Amino acid sequence: MTNASLMTRETIVNVLLALLLLAIPLGASAMGEPFYITLATRIAVLALAAVGLNIALGLGGLVSFGHAAFFGLGGYAAGVLATHAFDGVPLFAGIPGTDSMPIIWLVTVVVCGLLALPIGAISLRTTGVYFIMITLAFAQMIYYFAISWPAYGGEDGLSIYVRSAFPGANAAQPLPFFLICYAVLMTALGLFWLLRGSRFGAALQAARQNATRLSAVGIAPFNIRLVAFAVSAMVTGVAGALFADLNKFVSPSMMSWHMSGELIVLIILGGKGRLFGPVAGAMLYVLFEFALGGITERWQFFLGLILLGVVLFARGGLLGLLAGKARHG
Amino acid sequence: MSIALLIEQILNGLQLGVMLFLMAAGLTLIFGVMGLINLAHGSLYMVGAFACAAVAAATGSFWIGLVASLVAAAAAGAIMEVTVIRRLYDRDHLDQVLATFALILIFSEGTRWLFGSFPLYLDIPPLLQGAVPLPGGGQYQLYRLAIIGVGIVVAVGLYFLISRTRLGMRIRAGESDREMIAALGVDIRTLYTVVFALGAALAGLAGALVGALQSVQVGMGEPALILAFVVIVIGGIGSIKGALFGAILVGVVDTMGRFLLPKALALMIPAAQAGPIGAALASMLIYIVMALILAFRPSGLFAAQS
Amino acid sequence: MKKIIAAGIFGLSLATSGLAYAEPVKIGVITTLSGGGAGLGVDMRDAFALAMKQSGNKDVELVIEDDAQKPEIAVQLAEKMIQSDKVDLLTGIIWSNLAMAVVPNAVAQDVIYLSPNAGPSALAGAKCSPNYFNVAYQNDNFHEAMGQYANKDYKKTFILAPNYPAGKDSLTGFKRYYKGELAGETYTQVGQTDYAAEIAQIRDSGADSVFFFLPGGMGISFMKQYAQSGVNIPVMGPGFSFDQDILPAVGDAALGVKNSASWSKDLDNEANKAFVEAFQAEYKRLPSVYAAQSWDTANLILSALGKASVKDKDAFRAALKAADFKSVRGDFTFNTNNHPVQNIYVREVVKEGDVLTNKIVATAFEKHGDAYAEQCKM
Repeated sequence: MTNASLMTRETIVNVLLALLLLAIPLGASAMGEPFYITLATRIAVLALAAVGLNIALGLGGLVSFGHAAFFGLGGYAAGVLATHAFDGVPLFAGIPGTDSMPIIWLVTVVVCGLLALPIGAISLRTTGVYFIMITLAFAQMIYYFAISWPAYGGEDGLSIYVRSAFPGANAAQPLPFFLICYAVLMTALGLFWLLRGSRFGAALQAARQNATRLSAVGIAPFNIRLVAFAVSAMVTGVAGALFADLNKFVSPSMMSWHMSGELIVLIILGGKGRLFGPVAGAMLYVLFEFALGGITERWQFFLGLILLGVVLFARGGLLGLLAGKARHG
Repeated sequence: MSIALLIEQILNGLQLGVMLFLMAAGLTLIFGVMGLINLAHGSLYMVGAFACAAVAAATGSFWIGLVASLVAAAAAGAIMEVTVIRRLYDRDHLDQVLATFALILIFSEGTRWLFGSFPLYLDIPPLLQGAVPLPGGGQYQLYRLAIIGVGIVVAVGLYFLISRTRLGMRIRAGESDREMIAALGVDIRTLYTVVFALGAALAGLAGALVGALQSVQVGMGEPALILAFVVIVIGGIGSIKGALFGAILVGVVDTMGRFLLPKALALMIPAAQAGPIGAALASMLIYIVMALILAFRPSGLFAAQS
Repeated sequence: MKKIIAAGIFGLSLATSGLAYAEPVKIGVITTLSGGGAGLGVDMRDAFALAMKQSGNKDVELVIEDDAQKPEIAVQLAEKMIQSDKVDLLTGIIWSNLAMAVVPNAVAQDVIYLSPNAGPSALAGAKCSPNYFNVAYQNDNFHEAMGQYANKDYKKTFILAPNYPAGKDSLTGFKRYYKGELAGETYTQVGQTDYAAEIAQIRDSGADSVFFFLPGGMGISFMKQYAQSGVNIPVMGPGFSFDQDILPAVGDAALGVKNSASWSKDLDNEANKAFVEAFQAEYKRLPSVYAAQSWDTANLILSALGKASVKDKDAFRAALKAADFKSVRGDFTFNTNNHPVQNIYVREVVKEGDVLTNKIVATAFEKHGDAYAEQCKM
């Protein structure tokens, strides 16, 4: 098989996945089963978070074990702004809260970017396992801070009483909210695709494969990676904001190391470095979680077995099975 | 604050550090030799604690329980290595993280399946109950001193094992050149299983020793695992010396932070706020220390040559 | 986990019989059945299921699922139970942070939630709801009782709790009634396992007593280490760290410790005797306070089902509010904010044969409500 035909096959699989994700809630809506819309929204939001991580991890080879921190920050941005808007209390210095999703996303992007730059700048001095562990350390710092900071609920978390609004759509209803999340997910996938094909993406992938050679042609791998890390954090942060709006709740558990682990799981389950890997992974993961939880109290045991099976015997994840080997290792 | 209290707190930090060292030594050994990140190391710690508690309850002897914990953890480690871990050596860290993350889920729920949902009972043996006097009028618990002693014995033992024995020679050779020692006729597969089981036994030992102090329950390995990772990263992954140094640093910093930070803050801000804020800072402190160290020494304090 | 118990096989034939409880009722139970905190959820579920079984009510269907002690999973399960299973009532959550995640949105969708454990102050005060019934306690209650009781013997208490909202509520509750001096006030790390540093401070502080709130494994670790340390300043705390689920793990270290709770195995009333006997016969272990509260929750629901249809929300809420059931805690009524007014007892850990358990030594409060009821406008 040539590369071209593989690409075609992957493209077909991608389109099918995108359509499937869209079809579930539309079907559920037609059959009057709103819960499946919620489930599909959960898939879309987790996939979005993983698409963000995939920029750092899949393209840049930066295994961040602390992306839950950005996911949680996005959640808190949404929660805090919405709470201030709901209570009518200004945030600080007279700046009001807001329940407008676009503004919340903007704030999230700025906050996550501002935090990702110093975290990335320190973390990127290290490589390999050290990078994995230092990102974990930063996430733990933020996690403990969130638990003990009383202003916004600490460990109890923060309830969002009214889901934030999106101009021109009734986001309080499950289906419009799903469509918003779906649209953001598709936008992020588009961004990933553009990045991968761009000169920046080429440099990022080159930095992963051979940093020395990249330096030799006059490009500093550090800067490229730092930007990728920050962009990755921003996308994951927006997912966190949507996750908070989905659950109408945000708590420090969004920042726990388990969540960081789950984001990595989503990517590997779907197929790392691949455009639709996170989408396939999120679909599979939520399906397992939901179906197993419905069958047995010991669902985590079987979830563990399945994950183990995927790593050991299905390298390349779901997309590897469906669409053949990835273009590059 | 009396001198006796200060000495006691330093000893407490040392003891916490030694306990972390027992966890971290196995972890760093396994990473150094096989290049493997094992998130399930905390599960082996839990296996040790449960084995010790169950056997001690059945036989009435902590010491038989302690032996059982070593055997159970080593056996669990060997089985884990042969069935799963062995297939991960050639994979990247990402696959290792995911596979061992899955193992945590399996071990946690498996343990609950076996032992039920309620925590188990395990107390310190009669021989080690009581306290010894400290200079300055304080006293220190004998059992905690014994843990410090065990840590010193293990550290010295590991040093001799690695620098003076045939097995240690192979471990060192395996660290520096895997292909070469295989070519020399050393059975690398068996070597890896042995090293993994040794690391597991150390984790099990830590679990059993700590189980007498803490709650023996499902999930007990996870906080210990995260701390052990902090330790080996600070010390330099693969370095036993680094693990010892990192463990004691983390133990002392964490204990003294919890003890002194709220007091220090109370000098600056009202006491009602100083308590919670000091505690919050203390819980972040070791991660801050770790980030600082890695910012200046990206490979830890005692990075292995490779 | 999903388990359908007592599905209404005779639903159709009974539906025509005209009895209010004859129509099928679906109850969603979200509780913790995996991980370190599973013991509490298992006790909750077992007592609830047993009460339903004993009632012989064939029309109640339980949908039980595991939240793994994670707020996100609890939220998702609540959505599923409300939207997909179409449950009439929700209950089961053990932890305050999970309750805060689930309850506000569930009650906003006009689903009635009954709390068998956990009573965060927000839900008792400003954010209270006619759809939220707390059948357990307001979070401060047990701590207030201990503060009240401490006045009797102690003048200088060292207090500690984890550094999170429930921990701060706990110490606030204690201080609300305690009149003596504080020898120290320490916040520990959430999930902390080693308390040597805190115990050293207690020894050094000159305290005449120690009050601690450290739920779950934290309390087991603290009690063991405290007993081993040889510090012999008397300890007290809310009943959570001295209940039947964890006493076996703490061992003799807990003997003689005074702790507060709204229930004890030896409470002298008919309902309680029947409950303890039935629970022990069915599950071969002693019930915990979580089991007792859950048993009461089930019986409260059953009593209301006998009076009104669950479909008629107003009538059903009124039937719940009447609290016309035989509580294992003796007198039980609802306050204006749908939280309990009940006695809070001081218990002492004793040994009966080989088994560690509690006996009541004093009544700290009679017919005690909570400090937040005034803030509740409904």
